[in-house]
Amino acid sequence: MVEDRPLTSILTHFVLILGVIAIALPIWITFVAATHDELRMNQVPLPLWPGTHLLDNLTQTLFGAGLSGSQGAPVWLMLLNSLAMAMMISFGKIAISLLSAFAIVYFRFPFRMTCFWMIFITLMLPVEVRILPTFEVVANLGMLNSYWGLSIPLIASATATFMFRQVFLTVPDEMLESARIDGAGPMRFFFDILLPLSRTNIAALFVILFIFGWTQSFWPLLITTDTSMTTIVMSIKQMLEAAEQSPQWNIIMTTALLARIPPIFVVISMQKLFVQGLTETDK
Amino acid sequence: MAEIKLTDLTKSYGSTEVLHHVEGDINDGEFIVIVGPSGCGKSTLLRMVAGLETVTSGEIRIGDRRVNELEPSARDIAMVFQNYALYPHMSVRENMAYGLKIRKLSKAEINKRVEEAAEILEIGQYLDRKPRQLSGGQRQRVAMGRAIVRDPQVFLFDEPLSNLDAKLRVQMRLEIRKLQQRLGVTSIYVTHDQVEAMTLGDRLMVLNGGYVEQFGTPIELYDRPASVFVAGFLGSPAMNFIPAIVEADGVGFARRHKTGRRTGASG
Repeated sequence: MVEDRPLTSILTHFVLILGVIAIALPIWITFVAATHDELRMNQVPLPLWPGTHLLDNLTQTLFGAGLSGSQGAPVWLMLLNSLAMAMMISFGKIAISLLSAFAIVYFRFPFRMTCFWMIFITLMLPVEVRILPTFEVVANLGMLNSYWGLSIPLIASATATFMFRQVFLTVPDEMLESARIDGAGPMRFFFDILLPLSRTNIAALFVILFIFGWTQSFWPLLITTDTSMTTIVMSIKQMLEAAEQSPQWNIIMTTALLARIPPIFVVISMQKLFVQGLTETDK
Repeated sequence: MAEIKLTDLTKSYGSTEVLHHVEGDINDGEFIVIVGPSGCGKSTLLRMVAGLETVTSGEIRIGDRRVNELEPSARDIAMVFQNYALYPHMSVRENMAYGLKIRKLSKAEINKRVEEAAEILEIGQYLDRKPRQLSGGQRQRVAMGRAIVRDPQVFLFDEPLSNLDAKLRVQMRLEIRKLQQRLGVTSIYVTHDQVEAMTLGDRLMVLNGGYVEQFGTPIELYDRPASVFVAGFLGSPAMNFIPAIVEADGVGFARRHKTGRRTGASG
């Protein structure tokens, strides 16, 4: 604030607090619901203060069969599946994008720009648009119900390639020339100079991609039929539908709470690099 | 230590020729300054010697080797860039050691060379800092240190002082000259600053529009410029020009009227 008047600061704080409540309240309710037993959750009014059943709910959700009466996989396995998928998607995307951007920026080969534009055009074809052909390819390759099937179709990424291209373009030419005089070959230059220079961008992209991968629900729903391959995000949806009796809110909310932890952990641990990656211009 | 021989050197980008038949012999241990206005091709020439630009035709020899086809790292040269081109994520020590590490020198040898260079340049206390924690002058020294540790046959400088303030520039100019004399390494130095050129070089190569206008010692160039361009480019304040006509009986300082009648004295 340039001006410092009591009234404006009260007003701005009021708006800020309102915003915090709007964001935090649903999370709070999720947490509260995860601490009550099933019976309490089906009574009106809904509780607003935590109960005493958090541990029971956690053990039942994590290691029990989840919903009583359903055939679902235990939630720890779903968490593991989600983690594997999100990690494979983010690492795969980063690796492939780095390499393709490296090729496009630093190598002169026939149809270089054609390649770039072809990659760029895939932006217009996300998985949702090409479901049938992608599904067929994955099915023909025998990758249904596997981590590969879950992650590979989501790995090819134009956005990340484009982003790394822009990052590499900001690296001064002298850096490359200097490395050449120092005797560094292309891969050496890539690993010793380019990778460390795009460290913050990689971190920022990792956060975005991890959350992108973690929150995938549509593609996993298509590609997995085996309950042992269920990811946590799709399981929440299934839990709501599976219940023929009234929904077991305490379990569902505990699952939702658990599903939230890894992305939050990733964001918090990468926060500093993430902000640097998006704002830093000094190369 | 080596002499450099440029023979009929030409550079074209597509159909545009930017350097025309450059010739020049540089003796062992000599400090050569290539000087000329922006866009005259002086940096291109330097980069061709460095191996960063391809040679369209002609030959570059360093020592007794033809280096046209050699990679920059195989030419045994070191280059100091205008913006220093230090690796921002490496400390000063790592920056200086990087080339040596790639050449697989032993750790002890690398350390010895880095320490030596740091001592010569008085940057010993900055060895563990990152480039961004250094001032312009200090970065400049690190860039030179990176060149020195390689112990090359040729130093190449691409306007290394143009990012420094005026006072520091004068000081660094002196230091570069002293350093070069002390190490006795053949050097090529590119600049557009004629004062820098006149004070630094053993010999100057004046380039204009891709042609070598003159190649000689500063005094030669100053006293006996080979062309109007050289005469006008060097010296401060600039040389005065008076239009004149060469006639059978000598040179006439004359202005011709439209009628063709001459006025003024003839001499």
